[in-house]
Amino acid sequence: MGVDTGAAPLGSARAEILQRIRAATGGVSNTEVARAGWTRLPREYRRAATREREAVLELLEDRLRDYDANVVRTGRDRVSAIVAKMLSERGKTRMVVPPGIPNEWLPVVVEFVVDEGLSAAELDRFDGVMTGSTMAIAQTGTVILQSVPGQGRRAVTLVPDYQLCVVCEEDVVETVPEAMARLQETAELPTTFFSGPSATADIEMTRIKGVHGPRYLDVVLVGSGI
Amino acid sequence: MSGSALDPKTAPVFPIAARTAMKDGQLRRNVRHATDVIQAKRARVVAEMPDWQELREAGKQIRQHTMENLDFYLEEFEANCTRAGGVVHWARDAAEARQIIVGLVKASGSDEVIKIKSMTTEEIQLNSALEAAGIHPYETDLAELIIQLGHDQPSHIVVPALHKNRQQIREIFQREMNLPKLGERPEDLADAARIFLREKFLRVKTGVSGANFLIAETGGVCIVESEGNGRMCLTLPETLIAVAGIDKVVPRFADLEVLFQLLPRSATGERMNPYNSIWTGVNAADGPRAFHVVLMDNARTEILADAEGRQTLNCIRCGACQNACPVYRQTGGHAYGSVYAGPIGAILTPQLQEMHHAQSLPYASSLCGACYEVCPVKINIPEVLIHLRNKVVKQNGPLNVEAFAMKMMGMIFLSEHRFRAAQRMGRMAEAPLVRRDEKGEGWIGWLPGMLGGWTKVRDLQEMPQETFRDWWKKRGTHGS
Ligand code: SF4
Repeated sequence: MGVDTGAAPLGSARAEILQRIRAATGGVSNTEVARAGWTRLPREYRRAATREREAVLELLEDRLRDYDANVVRTGRDRVSAIVAKMLSERGKTRMVVPPGIPNEWLPVVVEFVVDEGLSAAELDRFDGVMTGSTMAIAQTGTVILQSVPGQGRRAVTLVPDYQLCVVCEEDVVETVPEAMARLQETAELPTTFFSGPSATADIEMTRIKGVHGPRYLDVVLVGSGI
Repeated sequence: MSGSALDPKTAPVFPIAARTAMKDGQLRRNVRHATDVIQAKRARVVAEMPDWQELREAGKQIRQHTMENLDFYLEEFEANCTRAGGVVHWARDAAEARQIIVGLVKASGSDEVIKIKSMTTEEIQLNSALEAAGIHPYETDLAELIIQLGHDQPSHIVVPALHKNRQQIREIFQREMNLPKLGERPEDLADAARIFLREKFLRVKTGVSGANFLIAETGGVCIVESEGNGRMCLTLPETLIAVAGIDKVVPRFADLEVLFQLLPRSATGERMNPYNSIWTGVNAADGPRAFHVVLMDNARTEILADAEGRQTLNCIRCGACQNACPVYRQTGGHAYGSVYAGPIGAILTPQLQEMHHAQSLPYASSLCGACYEVCPVKINIPEVLIHLRNKVVKQNGPLNVEAFAMKMMGMIFLSEHRFRAAQRMGRMAEAPLVRRDEKGEGWIGWLPGMLGGWTKVRDLQEMPQETFRDWWKKRGTHGS
């Protein structure tokens, strides 16, 4: 099939499509009508947490493990020690980190390189990436990253084969609606939700870890206490 | 299967194609296995949700409300996307969408693109248009890669290669990637794809995607996927072009709280897709520098104008209706002659063709209602199927074979004399066509002329030698 040249001039497509829509729906819709209609939509599903705080954290741990992630809980002052242990167990010695990651999380025994706009090919040569996170959803085992200091560009958490992610307990919510409500303020930032490492089920519906994204995922869940 | 795209204009009608598919035992086993696995997973994670029905109702109403105010939400999306540095294009039909996309790729200076799985690009047969313009498209979703390298066609909207098993996939990869020693564990196959595609991800400068949701309130675009190939295509290239049906818009960011719960559980039985990406226009420090959205009508406004068919546009392409459908599970997806197979294909495809093609699809259903039950946005597919059957009959007018035959039957049934005469004539006329099977039963595999439509797709048993009336009369006389 060739490139069609018989199409009508492009400029009029917008007007024509809008006109067709209005003919189909019986008139022009405006801000007022749309807003009022939206407000009346039924929302009887669960929008708030139903569990105790500790049960929410346990649920998150459980759901992350269910998705093949490795999870460790620790106190604020123990982060760098735990990170050192996890990286050494995995044999990772050269990690990329986004600008703005808290220094106290980084153990001195590992080489951490701050991403200052590295190319995709350069990112591909690291052992892994370590970042913080914006939030986590317990019910679905999901961690949310945004393009902010400490979490970085989307490419940085994508190209390396291994990711270590620090989640603070106060950023854990139970349900999806709670998460979306918290994200509303920063809705326009590039945002990534991940639930476990990259996976596919395209071959006979067998779940295989990792096709293109990180194949291995560790999560450090940091307590608000000591 | 040939490598040409599925096109309802040229595909054989469903009953013919289904008959061929039914003979392929391997295909049917593969389809059955895959749909069984997804259905079991779906049932498990849906049962976890005490508020599932409330979510479905909210999902339905959000979609309905969007369609009622579609002009407003599209304009709102356009304004916000543009404000954030995106460029919005409008396309009346597939040809116009192809023309825009090919032009944008050329302007980006690339002669290759990396592609995220997108049924919309399949719908408009984008790959062949790109190739004709000298641009090489690389499919990066594992299933789509299997389809592309196998010169095959997608057979499911969520798991396009579910009709292939691992041995078949291995043969394709061995041949096309030149890997004679490739193992046959799913891990080996996924690894081969990872290595094959990584080089493309790091090199190719232009990406083409579809979109799961366009967010009117922010101008954001959302793509959900599981492999990370989507994130690669969205994040690494310099230019990103997304093509989306005008039905993909959602009013507000907060509405994703409903769709993010309904879609993954219905589609693959996951609590959440492994990856969801949301971005708004361009960001100086993150992702492509140029971002285009092509908003495409392609007969969607026709569907919008049809009060009863309109709910078809609420579809969020989860594929749950395909997995639940006894007809799809027997025939697989190719028989539908369209990238949209199964119950959703049976209602969407004829309407996208403005009822000019694929008219047999509304009949490709047992109307058992399983599709309606699983649909996360409560589309009443059986209702739409019946509505479309009516449309087909009306559109074809009183002169079509079926309507004519029914009229004749009516006339014959009205008179006992005519009925008996017809029976006698029928027995005489069928005699040369009857073939006996091993049990001695007579079957007719072919009828001449206009009646051939019936026997093209099913065998007809011969008329009984003795009618019930004759038998009854005899019984009365002989007192047996
Ligand atoms: S019709 Fe419903 S069940 Fe079928 S693909 Fe669309 S949303 Fe899913």
